[in-house]
Amino acid sequence: MTQAAIEVDNLSKQFRLYNEKYTSLKERVVHGGRMPFVPFWALSDVNVDIREGETFGVLGRNGSGKSTLLKCIAGILKPTSGEIRVRGSLAAMLELGAGFQQELSGRDNIYLNGTLLGLSHAEIERRFDEIVAFAELEQFIDNQVKYYSSGMYVRLGFAVAVNVEPDVLLVDEVLAVGDAAFQRKCLDHVKRFQREGRTIVVVTHATDTIRQNCDRSMVMNHGRVITIDEPGEAIRAFLADLLGIGTLPGSEGGGIAGNVFSIGTVRCEHGGSGSRPHLYSGESLTVVADLESLGSVPDGMATIAIHDDKGEVVFASDPDDPACRVEVPLGGGTVRFDFPEVPLLDGTYSVSVGVRSLTDTAIFDWKDQVATFEVVNPNRTTGRVRLPLDVSFRHRATGMTGEVPVVPAIPSGDADVPRDSIW
Amino acid sequence: MSLSTTEPSSTGPDGSSATGAAGGDREPPGGQGPARARRHGDLPIHVVNGNIRMGRRLKDLWTHRELLVLLTRSQLKMKYKDSILGYVWSMLNPMLVLSIYYVIFKYISKNPTPDFAIWLFAGLLVWNLFNNAAMTATTVVVGNAGIVKKVAFPRELLAIATVGVALVLFLIQVGVLIVALAAFQHTPAYLYMTLLPFAMIDLIIFTSAVCIFLSAVNVYLRDTQHLTEVLLMAWFWSVPIVYEWSTVGPKFAKHGLTWLKYLYVMDPITPIAMTFQRAIYGNGYVLNGVHTTLLPDIGFVGYVLALTAVLVASVALFLLALVVFGRLEGNFAEEL
Repeated sequence: MTQAAIEVDNLSKQFRLYNEKYTSLKERVVHGGRMPFVPFWALSDVNVDIREGETFGVLGRNGSGKSTLLKCIAGILKPTSGEIRVRGSLAAMLELGAGFQQELSGRDNIYLNGTLLGLSHAEIERRFDEIVAFAELEQFIDNQVKYYSSGMYVRLGFAVAVNVEPDVLLVDEVLAVGDAAFQRKCLDHVKRFQREGRTIVVVTHATDTIRQNCDRSMVMNHGRVITIDEPGEAIRAFLADLLGIGTLPGSEGGGIAGNVFSIGTVRCEHGGSGSRPHLYSGESLTVVADLESLGSVPDGMATIAIHDDKGEVVFASDPDDPACRVEVPLGGGTVRFDFPEVPLLDGTYSVSVGVRSLTDTAIFDWKDQVATFEVVNPNRTTGRVRLPLDVSFRHRATGMTGEVPVVPAIPSGDADVPRDSIW
Repeated sequence: MSLSTTEPSSTGPDGSSATGAAGGDREPPGGQGPARARRHGDLPIHVVNGNIRMGRRLKDLWTHRELLVLLTRSQLKMKYKDSILGYVWSMLNPMLVLSIYYVIFKYISKNPTPDFAIWLFAGLLVWNLFNNAAMTATTVVVGNAGIVKKVAFPRELLAIATVGVALVLFLIQVGVLIVALAAFQHTPAYLYMTLLPFAMIDLIIFTSAVCIFLSAVNVYLRDTQHLTEVLLMAWFWSVPIVYEWSTVGPKFAKHGLTWLKYLYVMDPITPIAMTFQRAIYGNGYVLNGVHTTLLPDIGFVGYVLALTAVLVASVALFLLALVVFGRLEGNFAEEL
């Protein structure tokens, strides 16, 4: 196995939550110097080895301890117990432009921030023009940074940070900044860092970032490590954790229209059923709903909707599609919704099923988000859906056409830069 | 806490090639070539844990000396930002203070000392450095919360940088003093001037110790900044700067309070200020054939011994301040 770049051993970090904070002498004296606090373990017993040269993702929802972990590795927070060993030089980008002094010029701040991040004065001098050019701030470099726009501010912050060239780079989810062109440049830098064999630890809750860039990923929740795995599996674990599978609210009670009709259990069957809990993008999906009926419903229209993890509808069937017409006799039965192919990408999706009257607006029953299915995307495509894609190339001079590889040969030609991530 | 560097691990790498293929089943798209080559054989290992040993702490300070210069420079720039007179204030301010004291003590309380302004200046130089640094250091960590919470570096540097700022202002004032010496045609005691670098070292170390301590304590107890103002005022009057040692020292003896005399000189600022006064003003003056001494008659060796004692005490206080700072800084990011 390769040597570890970062070894985290039994790391724990306790924060004290004070209900009331006594920072003045009088209050301290009045309370006898003690302050009531509630211990809060932001990290408990975290163990992880991050290998040299790998890009390691840390996923977790807000408050899961992922940023605390990064701050401990960076040396900003002191661990309550445990130890971290870092091989080589380290730079942390927790917040772009964090060390900037508002009153100083861009020029002064490049020197100050660069030195804070570990560059020597001579190195900064050598790279100064490069940094300014990267930040696209040639005109404004002698203005005080307090007059900078927020975009200029973070561009300068990033320009300094990427010039630090540490062995280990820690990145908090700070990088979705700037316009598309600037994001492209940032991405190039990160790719270059990877090619040069530097270790990168990135903390985020953007699964796209993890999927596209990381070799391995760790999922955290409540200060504990949930899993350390390949990105695909880790993302699955993260989404499962995020949604708290099985706790989706299902509507209780009987049918809406006179209690004559109700939808029972709703199941999702898919291409991977039996062997794995999730289906891969492109596999088939069948939603089966049990119907109970106290009378016969001759004019039912079955409807189905698929929601993403935020509850947004990603698909809803055509309410007037004749193919959805169902006749439900007394006693009920099952209704099957067959999707031959699910082009959705990663995520946990929930299904709503309903039956309504064809002739009037009566809804016999509607079950909102009663069942879930998970999609795992085995490929590197990102986004919400996989669209069929063909790429061809026509040579200008000869008029010859030919196939070109979908993955561009030159990394900077990123055809697959996602819209809202610079990774 | 901060990152500390230890020697390269003894279990170091074998230097072999296969590397970074670490988890290498997934190359970045378009990554050229399969190998992410390991770039260095032996890299130093940083250990982050609960306690940082003093040796590492001092070594960290040393490795970050460039940062100290930059922090000093930026604090200086910010001190006089947007002011029209800028650095002129660093001269103007002490000059105004000096003239107030001069008028009061020379003309209102009729101090007979000739060239009294020079005497005042010698002591004020020392006090100004200490006072400027201590006042700004108290709020420096709180004021730089942005950096403290987001960037890892030895935070003591913020406090030490305030001493750097005060030192620059001190040097500007020394320039004024030289002009004043020429204007008054006052001859300093050249022999004793050789002690000034020694006294400066004492002053810088002692001031740094106080600054480091105050900057950390104020994070937890914000009263410190107000308390410091009052205490510094009292401290100022307890050092023979606007008056002479000769007007207080013998009085202690007269009232049988010899112990108080020792207590008086145990204040590290006092021997330092006295050294400056001895070197710049002289031991006393002759007026109408009467010789008056203003400073204790301890001779050159006496001053050397006094400064040595101050040095030992200052170094001890400096280390103690680092220990206190180290214990308190662990929770800076949470407290700010």
